[in-house]
Amino acid sequence: MNWELALILAWELAQMSLFAVGGATSIIPDLQRRVVENHAWASNAQFAEMLGLSQSAPGPNMLVVSLIGWKIAGFPGAIAAFIGMCGPSSVLVFSLSRFWERHRGRRWSTSLSAALAPIAIGLTLASGYLVTLGAGTSVSAGVFIGFTALATLLTKWHPIWFIGLGAAAGLAGLI
Amino acid sequence: MDFTAITPRELFIAFFKIGIQGFGGVLPWARRVLVEERHWFTEEEFLDAWGLAQALPGGNIINLSIGFGLRCAGPLGSSAALCGLTLAPFVIMVMLGVLYTEYGEVAGVVGLLRGVAAAGAGLVVSAGLKFAISPRLRSPLAVFAIAAFILSAFVRWPLALVLLLLAPFSWWYCWRRAK
Repeated sequence: MNWELALILAWELAQMSLFAVGGATSIIPDLQRRVVENHAWASNAQFAEMLGLSQSAPGPNMLVVSLIGWKIAGFPGAIAAFIGMCGPSSVLVFSLSRFWERHRGRRWSTSLSAALAPIAIGLTLASGYLVTLGAGTSVSAGVFIGFTALATLLTKWHPIWFIGLGAAAGLAGLI
Repeated sequence: MDFTAITPRELFIAFFKIGIQGFGGVLPWARRVLVEERHWFTEEEFLDAWGLAQALPGGNIINLSIGFGLRCAGPLGSSAALCGLTLAPFVIMVMLGVLYTEYGEVAGVVGLLRGVAAAGAGLVVSAGLKFAISPRLRSPLAVFAIAAFILSAFVRWPLALVLLLLAPFSWWYCWRRAK
C-alpha cells in the first residue's frame, strides 16, 4: 500500500485547505502546481482529464482530489486526499459556524466576504486558463473548449451534456 | 422551525440525496431537498445559509452540511450530514479512478478522455467568465481579481501566499467602503 505517498499528498493538500475560498475552482492553480509541476504525479493532460472526468460525477466538486489521489496512491491516496483537502477547513467551519452566525451582518464579516469574492474570481479565471493549456492539445480541442465555455454562458443546457458531447466527439476521433 | 427535532439519521438521508443527485453543481439539488422536500429552510434562510457557507474556506455544500448538522444535532449531526453528502460521490470517484488507471491508456479511451478534458476545461472557463462579468466585480475590486489571476496563473504562487498578500488590502478597501 502507498500510505507514505498518501501522507505526502495529504500534507500538500492540507496546505491549501484553509485558504480554499470559493471552493474547488479556486484551488486548481495551486493543485496543478503541486501535482504536476512539483511532484510530477501526473502530466498536464492527465490533470485536465481527471478534472473533466470528475465533472461527470455527482456531488461536491471538491471530491476531484479523491480521483487524483486514487491515481497517485490508490485507495489510501483517495482517502488521504479528501481528508487533507477538506479536514482543516471542516474543523474551522465546525468551530467557527456558531460564532460566524452571531456576527452575521456585522461590518467586519460582510466586508470580509466582499473582499474574498474578487480574489476567488481571479483564481477561477486562472483555473480556466491553466486547464485550457492542459486540455487544449489540438486545434479541435481548443475549438471545443471555446464552444463549451460560450454555450454554457449563453444557454441553460446542463453541464453533463457537454461532458457527454466531448466524450462522444473524442471517441469519434474529432478532438 | 425547531432544528433540534431533526435527527442525525434524517440528516444523513437528506444529504445523501443531495450528494447522489448533485450533477454539475450541488446548489439546485440542495435547495430542492432542504427547502421544497423537507421544509427545513425557507427560501431566504437557505440563501442565507448558502452565503455563509460560501464565505468560509472549503466546498460550500460541505460547509453547509457541517454547519447545519451542528445546529440540528451537535457534532453527531455534523458528521452524519457530511458522511451522507460525501459517501456516494466518494465511491463514484474511486470507481472512476479504477477505470481511469485501468483503461486510461487504451486506444479508444484516450480520445474519449481528450474530449472529456476539453469539455471540463470549457466548464471551468465559463465559471470564471460568469463571475467576471457579474456586477459583484465592480471596477476597483477588479484589481484584486487581476492580481490573483496573474499571481496564480503566471507567477505560480501557492494559494496561501496569494490570499495572504491580497486579502488584507481587499478587506481594508471593502471595510472602508462599508461605512
